[in-house]
Amino acid sequence: MSSPAFEIPPKGGFSFDLCRRNEMIAKKGVNPPSFRKTGTTIVGLIFQDGVILGADTRATEGPIVCDKNCEKIHYMAPNIYCCGAGTAADTEAVTDMVSSQLQLHRYHTGRESRVVTALTLLKRHLFNYQGYVQAALVLGGVDCTGPHLHTIYPHGSTDTLPFATMGSGSLAAMAVFESKYREGLTRDEGVQLVSEAICSGVFNDLGSGSNVDVCVITKGHKEYLRNHLLPNPRTYVSSKGFSFPKKTEVLLTKITPLKEKVVVIEGGDAMEE
Amino acid sequence: MDSKMQQHGLLGSESDSQRTLYPYVTGTSVVALKYKDGILMAADMGGSYGSTLRYKTVERMKAIGKHSLLGASGEISDFQEILRYLDELILYDNMWDDGNSLGPKEVHNYLTRVMYNRRNKFNPLWNSLVLGGVKNGQKYLGMVSMIGVNFEDNHVATGFGNHLARPILRDEWHENLSFEDGVKLLEKCMRVLLYRDRSAVNKLQIAKITEEGVTISPPYSLKTFWGFSAFHNPTVGAEGSW
Repeated sequence: MSSPAFEIPPKGGFSFDLCRRNEMIAKKGVNPPSFRKTGTTIVGLIFQDGVILGADTRATEGPIVCDKNCEKIHYMAPNIYCCGAGTAADTEAVTDMVSSQLQLHRYHTGRESRVVTALTLLKRHLFNYQGYVQAALVLGGVDCTGPHLHTIYPHGSTDTLPFATMGSGSLAAMAVFESKYREGLTRDEGVQLVSEAICSGVFNDLGSGSNVDVCVITKGHKEYLRNHLLPNPRTYVSSKGFSFPKKTEVLLTKITPLKEKVVVIEGGDAMEE
Repeated sequence: MDSKMQQHGLLGSESDSQRTLYPYVTGTSVVALKYKDGILMAADMGGSYGSTLRYKTVERMKAIGKHSLLGASGEISDFQEILRYLDELILYDNMWDDGNSLGPKEVHNYLTRVMYNRRNKFNPLWNSLVLGGVKNGQKYLGMVSMIGVNFEDNHVATGFGNHLARPILRDEWHENLSFEDGVKLLEKCMRVLLYRDRSAVNKLQIAKITEEGVTISPPYSLKTFWGFSAFHNPTVGAEGSW
């Protein structure tokens, strides 16, 4: 391979140089570590006064639950929140990035952020990476044009919906929504329906579990109900508590204060920066 | 796994294979539950040829003998073959003329053996079967899959019904449902399947089996609702976007 006369800087995007080598190693039996996924149930619905988002709290690494109580409802703007399913690092990074971009945009325009702004920023980023950024998002918020709820798929397509579910538990949650959703729900009915849908995902899908988080967004006000429901408490806690094995016996205690040994030279050279 | 077998010449080349490799005309989910007087089962009447909804009057539920009702999803031709096997089984049972007749438990067991044996020969009957019935007051509802997995439960579903209908049934099923409540619950499940399963058709039958016998309803369709405001105007506030 002829090398160029000068170094061409990489153009951005992903570099697939190591793919062939990885494939070869995988054939020999050494597989790369699995990603931390949020095999998940995330839902959103539009009710009378705004949007309600819900999510479970289990994060999985292959077959193991690595985080029993993670946060899947991410802050985007004071009036916009986003639930994320897929690879945890991707959802966190993408929502953080767009959240900062929205803040800068708010400073620039002096106005409240709109949900379609967040939507466009997210979908442009995800399409740019052609589905390799595996983040499936449910974006909801209330702005000056009203309540909005969108789903965003890893390849960058979006939908505007009255109710939405994503993640591995999406079918179980969608079954609840399709049978019970109607327009003009009140706040309590909406929170109840969202909790039911997440519980359906928690109990019927292996990738979702632990607790239920809910976020209610209305005009000018939001309520983040972290761990709104705890339907999986730890049962059978031993009343005796833990007792650790006995320490080794203390035979002799000798304390040597370090101050006497250290000599501090006052007025030494100041640290060169 | 298939290609390794070919290399060892155990199963012959795929071109002259006599085994079932892929399903062609398939039926989608079947949902069933136990209620006060017996079993209620629902299935739509669609037979899909790949991604085309080719046949829309396929009866996927049939009465077996005096006490059982069989519903099938998957390859329709294999379902018809199973019906022939069961015909023979019931015929031989009648020929004994001993006043006893095969109940749902026995038919379920027979089907499990047939499916598992075919799977062991790498020539499966590509179906998921739901078998329900009542005999001597005892209600029975079971399922057999194409690899021979079988179990018995208060409510079962095949295919997509497992993901969409089972959660609803787990929440809302209870002992001693009345007939009307049972039908309402089944219709709720079938409506969700109609919205979210691409191979579902809006033409379904509900079958009921009680101590008295089997009744399969004539085909009818469910009411659907598409009037959400977000469907009418998805780009409110951002004209021209999508």
